Amino acid sequence: MTQAAKFELGDDNVVVIIGTGASGGVLANELAQKGVKVVALEAGGRYMPEDYINDEWDSFGQLAWTDPRTTSGDWRVAKDFSGLPAWIVKAVGGTSIHWAGASLRFQDHEWKARTTYGAVEGASLLDWPIDAAEMAPWYDRAEAKLGVTGTGERARLPGNNNYKIFEKGAKALGYQDVHTGNMAINSADYDDRLACQQTGFCFQGCKWGAKWSSAYTDIPRGEATGNLEVRAHAHAARILHDDSGKVTGVEYFDQDGNLHLQKARVVCVAGNSFESPRLLLNSHSSMFPDGLANSSGQVGRNYMRHTTGSVYGIFEQPVRMYRGTTMAGIIRDEARHDPSRGFVGGYELETLALGLPFMAAFLDPGAWGREFTTALDAYENMAGMWIVGEDMPQAENRVTLSDVEDGFGLKVANVHFSDHPNDIAMRNHAYARGQAIYKAVGATRTLPTPPYPSTHNLGTNRMSERPEDGVVNKWGQSHDIANLFVSDGSQFTTGAAENPTLTIVALAIRQADHIATEMAAGNL
Amino acid sequence: MSRLSEQGLTRRALMSRAVAAGALAVAGAGFIAAPDAAWAVEVTAISEHEMATLLQMARDIYPHDRVGDRFYAIAVKAYDSEEQKALVAEGVAALDAAARAAGFDSYLAAGWEAERVEILRRIEDTAFFQAVRGGLVTGLYNQKEVWPIFGYEGESFSEGGYIDRGFDDIDWL
Repeated sequence: MTQAAKFELGDDNVVVIIGTGASGGVLANELAQKGVKVVALEAGGRYMPEDYINDEWDSFGQLAWTDPRTTSGDWRVAKDFSGLPAWIVKAVGGTSIHWAGASLRFQDHEWKARTTYGAVEGASLLDWPIDAAEMAPWYDRAEAKLGVTGTGERARLPGNNNYKIFEKGAKALGYQDVHTGNMAINSADYDDRLACQQTGFCFQGCKWGAKWSSAYTDIPRGEATGNLEVRAHAHAARILHDDSGKVTGVEYFDQDGNLHLQKARVVCVAGNSFESPRLLLNSHSSMFPDGLANSSGQVGRNYMRHTTGSVYGIFEQPVRMYRGTTMAGIIRDEARHDPSRGFVGGYELETLALGLPFMAAFLDPGAWGREFTTALDAYENMAGMWIVGEDMPQAENRVTLSDVEDGFGLKVANVHFSDHPNDIAMRNHAYARGQAIYKAVGATRTLPTPPYPSTHNLGTNRMSERPEDGVVNKWGQSHDIANLFVSDGSQFTTGAAENPTLTIVALAIRQADHIATEMAAGNL
Repeated sequence: MSRLSEQGLTRRALMSRAVAAGALAVAGAGFIAAPDAAWAVEVTAISEHEMATLLQMARDIYPHDRVGDRFYAIAVKAYDSEEQKALVAEGVAALDAAARAAGFDSYLAAGWEAERVEILRRIEDTAFFQAVRGGLVTGLYNQKEVWPIFGYEGESFSEGGYIDRGFDDIDWL
């Protein structure tokens, strides 16, 4: 095996990628495979499956991004978890260590949300500058890379106890499109990774490597080419540019707090939808006083987090929902666009389980007394599902720079979010359907549970046809600066109803192809 | 987020045998104990009355009738510290004042849980109440020893997951 590369700080021929999750990790490997020299800066440390912990709080302490952030807006997360707007990861591999593995393609109409839904008051809906036909081959490649079940020749996963209840209730209500999902979790050994052992703890990092994560696939494979250097504990501070307005490198702090400058030919921002806009805003200069790539004023705006919520059902007899794959179960019938339900867009229902410690923290934050504790008393007899639906982009839901500074003296992200009336109508519809599903199989009590800190963070550097409507073009290339790209979910023009990672990976593969082509052509 | 269970009392300081039902007693000499002396908590920075009040508060905030007092004691033990004693003294005094306003001699003198919950509702917006409640979320529910009471099995990797141990064993559907 080739030794992982090491590049000079002054090497201005490298592509610098900030972040190593589902987007940055894939982009780094795809570029390295094509012979492009890459330095990937990762704020967190490196952990492999043997390091992951089957314990919710211990794992959270190991992996979660807990650097300061601030919150505002009327979302309940701002009250209950004011410093923790998102449950995402700070580590090599990023949130691809924590994700559940649900890998769904957008529905065709979701690429054209503005055209399909029409004008929605208070929403900043826009069509993507790309569509289903454009993305189909990239989805094919993403599904093969991730080993998505129910695509290609890959069988679906077996259903666990939580799924069996969910499926029976769904069928009783007449739902048709019900199965164990399209999961980036192996149902059989695939691509040098084991089959799922039904361990649970998918959110804590898969200790079998059965779930795809860039941490133990794309990143080591990229390093093996000799073209990729990953620097862990490298916290990006600002992106620099020259007098012509081209970006020239990235300043970052190392583990000891020393500041370095890595020169770059191209910079790709892949730090998730809080850190990516934060970095662009913190990189303001006399030439770009409002931050990089922000001539439109759109950097940080249109933050989306999916319309979420959970429904738990309590039954007369044990379920033990925590056993087995956490999210291998889906009902897709409500994902369609059908305004007769009182909202535009649609939602997926997916199985979900939390362990007892997180159930206590997230079931009804702040609640106490017997209404709360009798529900936990029935933990063993509980089944759970998660709602994930399309939320409306709103210009005022946004990431801005807070007055609070982190340990490096960098202004942190403030995350402002308030539900749109469409989001509320959708959530209420989903709560009612979820409760009906469990009642149809004999639930004695159902619990419509509020959204958790966000895991799907989207839209704060959105893709747009016209430069005035967004931050990046159809390649993720910033409208303002040719050699500055955004590679993560912050590019999303709209959120669609589907878990975003498959689309993030497909976009990263496509972006790598574009960057390598443009570099070879001398355009970058 | 901290794990109070790790900062709190060790097993050596608790005689963690079965606990008889019944109210806590102030045993004196820096200890509070269960009425049958099945376990005891030593207090150094705060008073016995304050620790007994904290324990009853913990039970009334998150009442689980199958979870013994010793688990609640572990969850609140960290309040017996120099850093926390002012918060505790002020908070317990406010709680007892609220109890007197409701016609009881003290919070602990209210015999029914519903009566004590009424008193707690009067102070639930205070920093003291929120600190105690928030600390219990991890301090109580993250004790591995309480998980089996709720039917939660915890770590499973070392046993090979549930692929051969009942991930799909539901038999009553």
